[in-house]
Amino acid sequence: MDATPRYNEKVVRQFALVTVFWGIIGMAVGVLIAAQLLFPSLNFDIPWLTYSRLRPLHTNAVIFAFGGSGLFATSYYVVQRTCHAGLFGDRFKLAAFTFWGWQAAIVGAVISLPLGLTQGKEYAELIWPIDILIAVVWVVYAIVFFGTIVKRKTKHIYVANWFFGGYVLAVALLHIVNSIQIPTSWTHSYPVYSGAVDAMVQWWYGHNAVGFFLTAGFLGMMYYFVPKQAGRPIYSYRLSVVHFWALISVYMWAGPHHLHYTSLPEWAQSLGMAFSLILLAPSWGGMINGILTLSGAWHKLRDDPIIRFLIVSLSFYGMATFEGPMMSIKTVNALSHYTDWTIGHVHAGALGWVAFITIGSLYALIPRLYGKTQMYSVKAISLHFWVATIGVVLYIAAMWISGVMQGLMWGASNPDGTLTYSFIQALQATYPYYAVRLLGGLLFLAGMVIMAWNTWRTISGPHSVAQTAPATA
Amino acid sequence: MTVGTLMGIITLVFLVMFLGIVVWAYSSRRRADFDEASRLPLNDNGDDRQHGERRS
Repeated sequence: MDATPRYNEKVVRQFALVTVFWGIIGMAVGVLIAAQLLFPSLNFDIPWLTYSRLRPLHTNAVIFAFGGSGLFATSYYVVQRTCHAGLFGDRFKLAAFTFWGWQAAIVGAVISLPLGLTQGKEYAELIWPIDILIAVVWVVYAIVFFGTIVKRKTKHIYVANWFFGGYVLAVALLHIVNSIQIPTSWTHSYPVYSGAVDAMVQWWYGHNAVGFFLTAGFLGMMYYFVPKQAGRPIYSYRLSVVHFWALISVYMWAGPHHLHYTSLPEWAQSLGMAFSLILLAPSWGGMINGILTLSGAWHKLRDDPIIRFLIVSLSFYGMATFEGPMMSIKTVNALSHYTDWTIGHVHAGALGWVAFITIGSLYALIPRLYGKTQMYSVKAISLHFWVATIGVVLYIAAMWISGVMQGLMWGASNPDGTLTYSFIQALQATYPYYAVRLLGGLLFLAGMVIMAWNTWRTISGPHSVAQTAPATA
Repeated sequence: MTVGTLMGIITLVFLVMFLGIVVWAYSSRRRADFDEASRLPLNDNGDDRQHGERRS
């Protein structure tokens, strides 16, 4: 192999560090609103601290600021390393533009959402000027990513890049189509769609944000960092190819399961349910492929806390992708819909899968970016793992119990047809579980603070192990 | 031809395409290429621990 290409690691470092920062901000807001559900007076009667305004700030911060920055960091790193080529368009500072543009959009969200400025679409709340900024940043991201693949020095396009590429393309499509609005002022607009069509477009967007942003993108991370950290190739490369095509073909059609028993046509609801059930196959194929990469080297699970983060994330992925299809069955959905079960399901995916795979990948990535062999404290990674795992388990177990209980109490009726419980009775019954959820969230946040400390000690370390003694390993 | 028939045909085309991908991915002729591709994350240069020498 000839000279090492000029990799752009600066933008990867920037995105990696803000991932940790936005993770703490987004999860702290989550802890605050979890506390507000338990103690409503914690909004202090200040409008921009109310639950209704902070909840979209929490979701936007953890999905797009934490998850998004993590995806930018890893996709830029992985595409360069597996293509043996520097990022496309560095002469025009395209990658730097995506960093500053993405941060500007996040700051715009942090200001506009507490002010109560919203489009009212879940996970697409941001007002139209910010939407336009996101669209521009995303198109430049696609140019950088695919430009780098075009100028690759390797023969093959590694499977992680297929997943990253699918995520970049699909998110552009979803964001632009769902955000077509007619502005009435600088901060307000109306969607071009109306009624059931608007709902369908919104949940086509919403579920594919899960499928392509929170799944395909992070599977790209998985397909690079699991083999890398395990030191062995992915269990079955051919399965990964089938996994990719099956996943992207099926996800697009699952959105209507968010609209069971609404005015959406019955056949569309059933279609959404059928495709959601089929999704189990590619999801579990991918999970098994990732976990079996360790077969023959299971001791690494005990020795290496980074591997533990990566593999446990796949276990949560398997759990969440089993639970999801089950909840999409209309009879199950009749019990689960609008209850805390949905919140528990989302967090099994968001904390257990998305955050864990991101955290594990960053622990593998950050030392490499700063010329170190490993993080400052491996023990702290292990501590982070256990604190975070206990946090997730407390969170989702509390929401399962609370959700099923809510569904049963809301549906219970007396022989004369009247409701057995009033809404407030069901609410009162959930209080203890809201306390457990708050504790789980606090633990998860504490884990992120440990990570921030470890990251800071790693990058500010007095000497670089790799540079002073490259031959030791 | 009704819209329903057309949609049925389209569904069938997609199904055949997908089965084609599976057959292609699992054909033994792909094995060498896939083995090579699967090693890409392990062989990327610039990893100081394993490939420090290659850089000079």
